[in-house]
Amino acid sequence: MIEFVNLHKSFGQQRVLNGINLTIPHGQITAIIGQSGSGKSVLIKHLVALIRPDSGQVLVDGAELGQLHGKALDLVREKFGVLFQGGALFDSMTLFDNVAFPLREKTRLAEAEIAKRAIQRLEAVGLADMGHKYPAELSGGMKKRAALARALVQDPAIILFDEPTTGLDPILLNSIHRLILDAHKRFGFTAVVVSHEIPEIFDIAQTVALLHDGVIVECGSPEVIMTSANPVVRQFITGGGHGPIRPGPGSRSSSP
Amino acid sequence: MTSPLEAVGRVALAQVQGMGRMTIFLGSACFWACLPPLKLRRIVRQIHFIGVKSVSVILLTALFTGMVLGLQGYYTLRKFGSEALLGTAVALSLIRELGPVMAALMVTARAGSATAAEIGIMRITEQIDALTAMAVNPMKYLVVPRVIAGVIAVPLLTAIFDVVGIYGGYLVGVKLLGISSGTYFSEMRNAVEMSDINGGFLKSLSFGIIVTWVCTYKGYYTGHGAEGVVKSTTEAVVLSSVLVLVWDYFMTSLLF
Repeated sequence: MIEFVNLHKSFGQQRVLNGINLTIPHGQITAIIGQSGSGKSVLIKHLVALIRPDSGQVLVDGAELGQLHGKALDLVREKFGVLFQGGALFDSMTLFDNVAFPLREKTRLAEAEIAKRAIQRLEAVGLADMGHKYPAELSGGMKKRAALARALVQDPAIILFDEPTTGLDPILLNSIHRLILDAHKRFGFTAVVVSHEIPEIFDIAQTVALLHDGVIVECGSPEVIMTSANPVVRQFITGGGHGPIRPGPGSRSSSP
Repeated sequence: MTSPLEAVGRVALAQVQGMGRMTIFLGSACFWACLPPLKLRRIVRQIHFIGVKSVSVILLTALFTGMVLGLQGYYTLRKFGSEALLGTAVALSLIRELGPVMAALMVTARAGSATAAEIGIMRITEQIDALTAMAVNPMKYLVVPRVIAGVIAVPLLTAIFDVVGIYGGYLVGVKLLGISSGTYFSEMRNAVEMSDINGGFLKSLSFGIIVTWVCTYKGYYTGHGAEGVVKSTTEAVVLSSVLVLVWDYFMTSLLF
């Protein structure tokens, strides 16, 4: 289980997270939604200690990440697979090498076994015949799928998806969502998906948390979020121009 | 309003902070270089990139540097009736100074800039974050092999530079200007001592560290976007070149 306890993070004068309290249930898909620039990516980067909090705690299976360094931290990181916003595929490697990379670096498996697993994961995301291509030769959707294959290759317990569908057309968006759902059913990992794809994200998430003004303003099942009376949630879901949320990245609530 | 004194102080503090960060970066690289496992294949790949791929540019610049030395040396020595010392002048200039310095500058221009740009692009496209998230130490994966490769490749390239440069001087002095071949080489053999060669070797060894250290550092801490990569690449080349020349002065005053 993952827990954020009173998490605060600022960059210079800009306060991004202002006391996050959130529990991510084990084995479920949890979506973190919110405006662009509201700190969703910052929040999930705390989970693999890419960013350290100013105060508060991040707990992964009871281990507080702030207390961990070196090997102990690596052991926690190995529980995670991360699909970054831009894919973050290594552009000097083919897709096959990208997917095989974590196995080559972190395991002592034989090359034949590594190849078998990498091909299996590429097949799972529909890129079986693309293994020889370089990331630069692929479309945006293919890159996201390849990044998903890499995130899956070590069978991690938790996968973080940082805006996996940003910039994709509606058909590709649905295909990526289906892929996440299928992979989740097949491998049974805990998923944390950062997204602002409303209402599509409600089709795959079992828990949804809305991040606004540096705090979680509402957390619950998609039904709870969709029927919420909270004006921030209502405005975000309907996309209305009037309400407590001011348009623009990283904007703050107009209410005091 | 900021006083000029405050502005100067701020710049000075930033410089000191920058130097401190660079020193810690080098210390960290040395620390990780001492810890196993070191992946030999990755080091060999970097030796190929820094060393083998620089051979052609080293051959060309060494030949013409030697030829210019031969020409200028001949005209200068002729004024004192000492043309016979041309071989000595060419060899000592190359072995003590020009070989190590020019080889380091050529490696900076060809491989150092590429290294800074490559690591910089990895930074801005979250590839370094991806390594960290996979519990792969980016310092050990990206920096250590390059620094070790620099320490091995730059002295070897310097040796090639020295030999080809001496041959360039021979072409001009003996073949073009008519000094006897025996005079050219026998005077050289009498004057050049093992301490000269050792000094040049020590210089090239330290230049190998300087170039790879500065270029990996600048790439590793690159700013945002394409502009950030351009800036870090330029700074890498300028700073490595300046440091090579400044360090050369101190090494010369200590060694010879």
